[in-house]
Amino acid sequence: MSNMYFTEEHQLFRQSLQDFLKKEVVPHIDKWEKTGTVERFIWKKFGEMGFFGLAYPEEYGGLNLDLFYTVILLEELQKINSGGFAANIWAHTYLAMTHVNKEGSHEIKEKYLTASITGEKIGCLCITEPFGGSDVAAMRTTAVKKGDSYVINGSKTFITNGVYSDYLVVAAKTDVDAGHNGMSIFIMDRDTPGISATKLDKLGWRASDTAEIAFDNVTIPASNLMGEEGKGFPYIMQHFALERLIMGINAHARAEYALEYARQYMSERMAFGKTINKFQALRHSFVDLYADMEMCREYNYMVASRLNNGEYVVKEATISKLKSTKMADEVAYQCVQFLGGYGYMEEYPMARLLRDSRLGPIGGGTSEILREIIAKMVIDKKEYKPAAK
Amino acid sequence: MKILVCISHVPDTTSKINFTEGDTKFDTNGVQFVINPNDEFGLTRAMWFKEKQGASVTVVNVGGPETEPTLRKALAIGADEAIRVNTEAIDGFAVAKQLAKVIEDGAYDLVIAGRESIDYNGGMVPGMIAGLTNANFVNNCISLEVEGTNVTATREIDGGKETVTTALPLVIGGQKGLVEESDLRIPNMRGIMMARKKPLQVLEPIATETETTSVKFEKPAPKGAVTLVAPDNLDELVNLLHNEAKVI
Ligand SMILES: Cc1cc2nc3c(=O)[nH]c(=O)nc-3n(C[C@H](O)[C@H](O)[C@H](O)COP(=O)(O)OP(=O)(O)OC[C@H]3O[C@@H](n4cnc5c(N)ncnc54)[C@H](O)[C@@H]3O)c2cc1C
Repeated sequence: MSNMYFTEEHQLFRQSLQDFLKKEVVPHIDKWEKTGTVERFIWKKFGEMGFFGLAYPEEYGGLNLDLFYTVILLEELQKINSGGFAANIWAHTYLAMTHVNKEGSHEIKEKYLTASITGEKIGCLCITEPFGGSDVAAMRTTAVKKGDSYVINGSKTFITNGVYSDYLVVAAKTDVDAGHNGMSIFIMDRDTPGISATKLDKLGWRASDTAEIAFDNVTIPASNLMGEEGKGFPYIMQHFALERLIMGINAHARAEYALEYARQYMSERMAFGKTINKFQALRHSFVDLYADMEMCREYNYMVASRLNNGEYVVKEATISKLKSTKMADEVAYQCVQFLGGYGYMEEYPMARLLRDSRLGPIGGGTSEILREIIAKMVIDKKEYKPAAK
Repeated sequence: MKILVCISHVPDTTSKINFTEGDTKFDTNGVQFVINPNDEFGLTRAMWFKEKQGASVTVVNVGGPETEPTLRKALAIGADEAIRVNTEAIDGFAVAKQLAKVIEDGAYDLVIAGRESIDYNGGMVPGMIAGLTNANFVNNCISLEVEGTNVTATREIDGGKETVTTALPLVIGGQKGLVEESDLRIPNMRGIMMARKKPLQVLEPIATETETTSVKFEKPAPKGAVTLVAPDNLDELVNLLHNEAKVI
């Protein structure tokens, strides 16, 4: 492991986290993959261990640590091979909580961030809609101000933690005619009248509760507006840098896990009188993938380091997700091949890894959209600036 | 009560074991190190004395700087301070001499060592330090209660248990049973962050002699292939056991 980024404390954390995941999480994974429900007790245990608070202020019970603690959390979550469980954890910790921390008022943070860090409250982030996925600004959900309240109407889809979370961070139009400038971010409790959710069945991430959510005249206090009215779009874009880097890191970590598994397997499986790691066709293929994985990993660490230093790395984070998720899909596909028929079997890890990995180039900005963004920055010399707050 | 827990820094049981320098040295390359399991049971029991009876807990290791992460982990679990005696742990006697010095200087009431460390399995250190420091000694200890200076301890004996009473100062050779596996603690984030601020003192070793020298290590012979014998072919089974395995 690279000592350029990881200190002895980081390593102690990694080891502790590995021990924790092995003891408390791994024994339940197969069950959660079947039921699509991550049980509550594990959220509490994560909270007690302090894992939700790594990147958040001490004032709200966090630890305010550098980003490489987050890198370790993400990597180790991938290495227990349940993309769905990992997604539940990081969507809470880095999608929902990032907005609460950055845009929430002190009162909102006291109520939601503190409880998110202890694991008592789980959050989700609702941006995607049936008629506005890649085209975020096309969203139709509205928030209309009435006195001291906002009334929300509309629907969201593909929301991670969408069924079992306790609160929702929701993007909605406060001015339908203002395009990008008409969007705002709200927080609301799950039990607010008018919110309903339906669980969706899907290819992978099976432990995760992905949901379609409807808002039917949901009335919330005006103080549940997070940040300024009309600033929703820049807030979302701003956090996309972190979100994309997270998905890039997840990708290199699951590829690393898959390659390590395949390496071990290939050193034991015999064919034609020798272990299959002696066949040149497999050796070369393995090495190509390994080299791609390592290039992505080192690039991702560099981007994490710059983000940690406060640089606005929107282009680099976009490249990280674009390249790392493609690499991880190729690794997953080929690692199934290395295992032959066993690769296709549920008793072996590659089958799940292959279907979980496929979300990488879709969620949180498709690869096509990412290329569009990079093209605008590199070819058209467009500059993206961080939002005001 | 002042407790000293001796922490041995040992390879994880899943590590691949190899030797170098003509099979005279253990090859630490790529090996993951952990707190010796017997010591971890002892450390966890010590944490109970700290929390329930206000004991102070110091951990000690005889070894080079590479063992410090193991001591930091013990601090993250909750020990108050750590001592590292800066010398290679060459044999049981040399280690016991270093530890006896630490015990005498620190006037510890209770010394918890592991019954044996899972690397070289010498099992000598606890008895030797009890002898060198003139303390009472309970080996293979599976339960430990302290009231004032009175101690009740249970030892594992062949096929059963023996409960003994004794007094502080005491050295125990601990093992599983002091606490159960499910009681072992994984350091949480607060523990890890606090470990950074706790004192880790590095002491220079006293002059000591070693009583043994490693001449050669050998791994067990690799397991042979399995031969399957049909259930109705007992003659063949007897033949193989007699002529090939030579066990009957
Ligand atoms: C399992 C899962 C979990 C998710 N979790 C969340 C969540 O927690 N919160 C949340 O808000 N969202 C979540 N999403 C939604 C995800 O971010 C969207 O699916 C994604 O942004 C794509 O939007 P879409 O599905 O509407 O696809 P579309 O936008 O309909 O895209 C369809 C195809 O058209 C392409 N395309 C679209 N526009 C262009 C263009 N301009 N140029 C070229 N090609 C284009 C796309 O790349 C894609 O190939 C999740 C999705 C999944 C599957």
